[in-house]
Amino acid sequence: MAELRALVAVKRVIDFAVKIRVKPDKSGVVTDGVKHSMNPFCEIAVEEAVRLKEKKLVKEVIAVSCGPSQCQETIRTALAMGADRGIHVEVPAAQAESLGPLQVARVLAKLAEKEKVDLVFLGKQAIDDDCNQTGQMTAGLLDWPQGTFASQLTLEGDKIKVEREIDGGLETLRLKLPSVVTADLRLNEPRYATLPNIMKAKKKKIEVIKPGDLGVDLTSKVSVISVEEPPQRLAGVKVETTEDLVAKLKEVGRI
Amino acid sequence: MSGCGFLSRGAAALAAAATAVRASRVPRIFTGTHRRLHTSLQSCSFAKELFLGNIEQKGVFPFPEISQDELSEINQFVGPVERFFTEEVDSRKIDQEGKIPVDTLEKLKSLGLFGIQVPEEYGGLGLSNTMYARLGEIISMDGSITVTLAAHQAIGLKGIILVGNEEQKAKYLPKLASGEHIAAFCLTEPASGSDAASIQTRATLSEDKKYFILNGSKVWITNGGLASIFTVFAKTEVVDSDGSIKDKITAFIVERDFGGVTNGKPEEKLGIRGSNTCEVHFENTRVPVENVLGEVGGGFKVAMNILNSGRFSMGSVVAGMLKKLIELTAEYACTRKQFNRNLSEFGLIQEKFALMAQKAYVMESMTYLTAGMLDQPGFPDCSIEAAMVKVFSSEAAWQCVSEALQILGGSGYMKDYPYERFLRDSRILLIFEGTNEILRLFIALTGLQHAGRILTSRIKELKRGNVTVVMESIGRKLRDSLGRTVDLGLTGNLGVVHPSLGTIVEEQLVLKRVANILINLYGMTAVLSRASRSIRIGLPNHDHEVLLANMFCVEAYFQNLFSLSQLDKFAPENMDDQIKKVSQQILEKRAYICAHPLNRTS
Repeated sequence: MAELRALVAVKRVIDFAVKIRVKPDKSGVVTDGVKHSMNPFCEIAVEEAVRLKEKKLVKEVIAVSCGPSQCQETIRTALAMGADRGIHVEVPAAQAESLGPLQVARVLAKLAEKEKVDLVFLGKQAIDDDCNQTGQMTAGLLDWPQGTFASQLTLEGDKIKVEREIDGGLETLRLKLPSVVTADLRLNEPRYATLPNIMKAKKKKIEVIKPGDLGVDLTSKVSVISVEEPPQRLAGVKVETTEDLVAKLKEVGRI
Repeated sequence: MSGCGFLSRGAAALAAAATAVRASRVPRIFTGTHRRLHTSLQSCSFAKELFLGNIEQKGVFPFPEISQDELSEINQFVGPVERFFTEEVDSRKIDQEGKIPVDTLEKLKSLGLFGIQVPEEYGGLGLSNTMYARLGEIISMDGSITVTLAAHQAIGLKGIILVGNEEQKAKYLPKLASGEHIAAFCLTEPASGSDAASIQTRATLSEDKKYFILNGSKVWITNGGLASIFTVFAKTEVVDSDGSIKDKITAFIVERDFGGVTNGKPEEKLGIRGSNTCEVHFENTRVPVENVLGEVGGGFKVAMNILNSGRFSMGSVVAGMLKKLIELTAEYACTRKQFNRNLSEFGLIQEKFALMAQKAYVMESMTYLTAGMLDQPGFPDCSIEAAMVKVFSSEAAWQCVSEALQILGGSGYMKDYPYERFLRDSRILLIFEGTNEILRLFIALTGLQHAGRILTSRIKELKRGNVTVVMESIGRKLRDSLGRTVDLGLTGNLGVVHPSLGTIVEEQLVLKRVANILINLYGMTAVLSRASRSIRIGLPNHDHEVLLANMFCVEAYFQNLFSLSQLDKFAPENMDDQIKKVSQQILEKRAYICAHPLNRTS
């Protein structure tokens, strides 16, 4: 029976089904009153960690999220899916706007050391900023090996075998623990948080801490200048023959 | 001060009349085993007081609120359920094949949706009425699933929660909450629908007094083919308090395993085709006496309480459906062009959206107001309010789904789109859970009975020359006219009920108008209460709410004025005598009797 412990990072993002609208002042997108939920790739990460726990390969799964108080809802969902306890790194709403992958990675690295975990799970990217950096940066800060875009995971004693989906196909790595893994779409299909489990999760603990408690500085060197809608897609042009097509393409300088 | 007291002769007629539709007046019953019916010690008095011309503000203002904790809990529940219904429920397939796939049912069970209101200690979620209503908004996405779940928990197993003893609860609730066993509610018979008291299924006590032998047939039982636990109502012989033997209804928990339980083939229905509806027959089924639910002979009240307790949630179920319809049809109206303009620019189309939004707003407000009242400690009985919610929302559903279909025009008529299915699914809402006709009579008569009782006692006081009562009545009248409370036109001088109302129970057309007025009043109260709160706490879009609330109030006000003028027997607006005459002449010949317009006499 393994004594491995896992930390899963989850992010609260605007729900994938919502139609995004840009704020009139172009400072960002409208988030007030908009439906939010757990980032789908984070769900897959939680699911994988919980499955390892159900296979008795992992002893404890800790869910963590950085941000304002609403993050606790997301942590609760992770608890309802099977995580044992949660940590909420509280960041006031105004400051949370400038939280980027580097800041979150610093927090996760410190937490991973503090909680003495063997595995850090994340989703490969968040659907709001599509950064795809946090997992990699966390591994870098911890100096741990990383298996990103994981589509299959097998625990082998003190190592893990990770199959990664990359542009060229599938790559299989064997990593020594402790390591960082980011989840890709085909890793698993996350379970529904059933209502009885949500109720049981109410009894699980969520610890609230401040970034300062971990000695992490959250200042960002990146600032958002403006956020705009993508240009409207123009109608296409129909052509009759291949010659016309070639001529048109030459016209717009594509060939 | 509930109504188990004595009545004077004057109001006896009213009371006797209303016993035919009795429900909310339930006396406390203590037995040796201390089983207490969870019903009106304390009644919602808001609707009843309206009959006396009083608006009991403290019952309805401010609009009920739940704590932030409860709110985030409900929101946590809403997420997975909504996701499940959007991603994994194929309503079209369920409707076409006439059944809910087994693994959909299994997933519903694992989500916990089979035991929403079963107390936690018995394995359920133990959610309040408000939370149950909230979940109803999402489940309404599929009519067949809604009805299957409601038949199981809102009525099928509800009796065990309301009046079951500890042993019954511990034995049956856990497996019902998990969905391992499904429940069904067996009251209706081929010859007994609205007239539930006339059922003929019999339960006779065995020689050794250990069993009841159950014989009879029930019809149109939802989940009849799936259920293993049935709440069955049957006539039993009871020795009355005066020593005579009477036939009274008793409620039983019957397991399919008791033997003799068979069901017929699933009925082919117009709508909610995925739900299982069939005949259930009991042939010499042996039911242990421990399975009597509540008191022997007290079954009618048990049935009424069960039906009353789940009724209010229809409002949120329909509101959820309407909100979805508004989204779907708006998408269409804003993109479809005719005469080179979007449909959304045309007044007749815009009117339909205003209608749907208004109705959804009113029924949401009425439902959560009622749910808030029901969630008060002490299990108050708000059966009139719940009945009003049911009548309003079922009729609004039928009207609005039809208008939504109309927006789509020809496409709305096609099976490729869901509108025709929504229409077919909603038609049942006016029929089951108490037909709207019966509920209107119930609303009117219960209220009149209450008013009659109060007013009659005042008459007695006045006759005795009780000065304080006279002063109070006059003072009240003055205050009322200054405070401009509603005058239902049922009172004459000094607040005396008109003697001609002695046979009120037969005057269904009058009662219908009274009920309609009350329903409108309750709706108005609900929207005013909700909109005031929204303004006060600054909810987003509260200006829009004010628009909807005012729109509804103006419309309801004029409808009420018309109904009130019709209440006057000799008013020109009142066609009751003509209606009676016409129907008599038609029903005598059982056909349309006018001569054909083309006929000649020579």
